[in-house]
Amino acid sequence: MSLITSLTKRQPTTTSSGPVRDIREKDGRLAFWLVVPSLIVLTIVIAFPVVWSFVRSLYGDGIGATPFVGGDNYANALWGNGSAEFWDAARFTYFFTAVSVVLEVLIGVGMALVANRAFRGRGLLRASVLVPWAIPTAVAAVLWKWAFDPNGIVNAVTGWDLIWTGAEGPSTVAIIVADVWKTAPFVALLVLAGLQIIPEDVYEAARLDGATAWQQFVRITLPLVRPALLVAILFRLLDALRMYDLPAIMTGGANGTTTLSVLVVQSSLSQLKPGYGGALATLTFLLIFITAFLFVRMLNVNAVEQAGVRTPRKKDSE
Amino acid sequence: MTTRTPDTAVKGAGRRGKKSVHRGSHLSMLGQNAALAAIIVFCLAPFYWMVVSSLKSPDEIFDNSLVPAEPTLLNYEAVFGAENTFVYALRNSFVIAGSVTIIALLFGVLAAYAIARLQFRFKTTVLALFLATSMFPGAAILTPLFQLFARLGWIDTYQAMIIPDISFSLPLGVWILTSFFRAMPWELEAAARVDGCSRGQAFRKIILPLAVPGVFTTAILVFISAWNEFMIANSMSQTPDAQPVTVAIAQFTGVSQYDKPYGTQMAAGVIVTIPLIILVLIFQRRIISGLTAGGLK
Repeated sequence: MSLITSLTKRQPTTTSSGPVRDIREKDGRLAFWLVVPSLIVLTIVIAFPVVWSFVRSLYGDGIGATPFVGGDNYANALWGNGSAEFWDAARFTYFFTAVSVVLEVLIGVGMALVANRAFRGRGLLRASVLVPWAIPTAVAAVLWKWAFDPNGIVNAVTGWDLIWTGAEGPSTVAIIVADVWKTAPFVALLVLAGLQIIPEDVYEAARLDGATAWQQFVRITLPLVRPALLVAILFRLLDALRMYDLPAIMTGGANGTTTLSVLVVQSSLSQLKPGYGGALATLTFLLIFITAFLFVRMLNVNAVEQAGVRTPRKKDSE
Repeated sequence: MTTRTPDTAVKGAGRRGKKSVHRGSHLSMLGQNAALAAIIVFCLAPFYWMVVSSLKSPDEIFDNSLVPAEPTLLNYEAVFGAENTFVYALRNSFVIAGSVTIIALLFGVLAAYAIARLQFRFKTTVLALFLATSMFPGAAILTPLFQLFARLGWIDTYQAMIIPDISFSLPLGVWILTSFFRAMPWELEAAARVDGCSRGQAFRKIILPLAVPGVFTTAILVFISAWNEFMIANSMSQTPDAQPVTVAIAQFTGVSQYDKPYGTQMAAGVIVTIPLIILVLIFQRRIISGLTAGGLK
């Protein structure tokens, strides 16, 4: 994976001879003991459940002994009895992800551009941008559920009389609004860090050459901020695709707002179908993995290099 | 917005020793301030609404006025009242998020030190593992974990939430800490070792004190993410004994289905959010540097 090699390739390759090899062996043993505690936790909490989930997905559900059924659970989810709910959830998850990530990027970039030029009120701006990010998603969900109540503020302000969580369209809008509010400021923060390392001289040179504001944005800002922006989008993508809290609290997954994560939890825990739920879990993971992989490959994102190299230069002196 | 405002021009000139053109600066300053105000309203209005709603009495709550006519602390009394176990939830959240922060940082510092400073054979694999785990949908591991913890009799215990939360925080923590460790002046460590310190001594006496800001930043981010966790906690905690605040708030249902305890929920939301807002106000610089170094939520 190109993501990872960049982190390690900077290390010099040592030839293994004499004292150097000694040091490397010592390093290796020390590194082993330092990394092992983290790896143990990750094995218990991530690796074991993923393997268990996959193995369990090959067995049937029911009371008593569960027979080996091979790929039946998968067939059931993909084109059998469960296919309607699986594809509905997949469709909703991707629709929700596409719309909210696009909105978050547009709003986030806009906010970052404004914040980058602002000098007065910068402290207030920074603090307020962090508020939606800091509020627990569960609290944000309750807050927006209340705002979208038939007697709530949204209907009062718009003059509409909608039962927002009563039908698919309005429910989707409500969940997207909540997510955009909570995470657009986060995108803005990451983009702002990218903007702050662009030297002002570049813009001045462009202005001398007669570039318009739009030309400066398209020719200078966008290409230079692209790496930071792509990393922000990748993390938003991963997060939106596994969205659980907002639909679980706001609608309970009703009216076509069941995301893949909600479906997995409902099938395996609430309906006590660990085999079928395991198949759904594996499929969900595969979808997310493939989406992230395609995104990284197609756009050539280098997340690790970004994280390793970029530290925002202090442009503000408040 | 091609021109900089006089304000920025002056400051910019002072700092960079350059002058810039300002044409139509009054107009652009007006636009600038309007845009700033819009952002602040966008971010804070919903939070303001939460505070306002929490101060309204049940009779007043549906009139949607922007300022409570008769502010009351009734909802806050209800939150801490006898029928709600919110105090326990606050305690549980502090215990869970606190333990997660301490343990995840302990493990994370060790791993990040190894990744940033040591040569070892499976470094790439280890990094790949850390990155891959941050990609897993939590829903996919929930059921196996639930069954495992049920067999151990751990349902409704702190460790049933602490252990999963540690593993969610580790990739983030290791990532941020590694980038902090990389940026440190390692010549000091080398010098200390030349002077006869062992690797462990050099780490404890030289590196760790220098790493305190980075560790602290990571601690804030890990604490906030553990405090905000909902999905795992919602399944693992069944009674108020172990429920953290996120679950308690989501489950604040009224007496009947038609009873909407919004005022109480909003008051609880305000209480839960206040520690986070305080953290954000005090440590905004650190939080932003940590977020942009990690690029992760």
